[in-house]
Amino acid sequence: MANWATALAYLAAGLGAGLVSIGAGYGIGKIAAAASEGTARQPEAGNAIRTTMIIAAAMIEGIALFGVVVCFLLAVK
Amino acid sequence: MTTMSSVDTLSHAADENVGAWIQHHVQNSHVWHVFPGVEIELPHIHSFRFLGMDINLSITNHVVMLWIAGIIVFFMFVFALKSYKKYKMVPRGFAAFIEILVLFVRDEIAIANMGEENGKKFTPLLITFFFFILISNLMGLVPMFSTPTGNVNVTAGLALITFFSTQYFGIKEHGLLGYYKSLVPPGVPLLLTPLMFIVEVMGLIAKHFALTIRLFANMIAGHIVLFAFLGLIIMFKSFLVSPISVGFGVFDYFLEMLVASIQAYIFTILSALFIGMSLNPEH
Repeated sequence: MANWATALAYLAAGLGAGLVSIGAGYGIGKIAAAASEGTARQPEAGNAIRTTMIIAAAMIEGIALFGVVVCFLLAVK
Repeated sequence: MTTMSSVDTLSHAADENVGAWIQHHVQNSHVWHVFPGVEIELPHIHSFRFLGMDINLSITNHVVMLWIAGIIVFFMFVFALKSYKKYKMVPRGFAAFIEILVLFVRDEIAIANMGEENGKKFTPLLITFFFFILISNLMGLVPMFSTPTGNVNVTAGLALITFFSTQYFGIKEHGLLGYYKSLVPPGVPLLLTPLMFIVEVMGLIAKHFALTIRLFANMIAGHIVLFAFLGLIIMFKSFLVSPISVGFGVFDYFLEMLVASIQAYIFTILSALFIGMSLNPEH
């Protein structure tokens, strides 16, 4: 039973990383969709929309990478 | 640490523990691997106890990288300044490039978030953040160096600068009690005010914590993916995997350059937003 904890830790790390990727991909996909639609409706606001899109994408990636760091710690300890 | 030194350490990755190999390359260490044969052993300073904590001030890899980044940023601006003195008002060449970035930080980031006069007052701090973080992030991609911002203590230090700036300038602007009163949004019924106050304080700390983790994790993730692609070559133990690995590695390299610039910009704009919100809360 000594290896049970290690096995579960590896399993949790893999599952966690996958779930984090799903969440981040879905969120950033929605941002890109909204940004494309906004730019299509009003091309003059293209620059401001692009800036907002990049900032929002970086926020979401920050949270996703927080999850990745936790998974990596699980996998190597 | 890039592909050059990592190919060399294939020879002494005796066991196939790729995870430990990746971790060894990304972490802080007391040795600076300059070239595959040359290693500089950096001085240890004995740790001493201070207020119950063990403080270890020995000069490690990342500390030396921080100093080099500081020297590079300093000489970049000294070099740009000389061009101003020579051309008297309109700079040419390298100084023009620096001026584009400085004006971008001042107009888009500082003044847009903090108002006209506060923006001009805080521009030096934001420019320092932007250039220092940009150069530190990009240093990890150059063969002899490693990324100082890949260390959570470095990014925590930078986020602490932002945190103490918000507190100090908020207290200076509104007075000691006035600043903490201004945290709670106006128009909240009196019974809810303690709860809202606790929520706002937790939000303050969480925002700066997220600032730390975002920069750290973005830098570390880029390097780990790069080393994982190279680790595929070790795991498969054949040279046929190398075109795929090196191809994906080059693609990831360019992605990391983009992420380095974007993360520097994000850190700067969020710092400007937080300091601006503490100076005049727009609730």
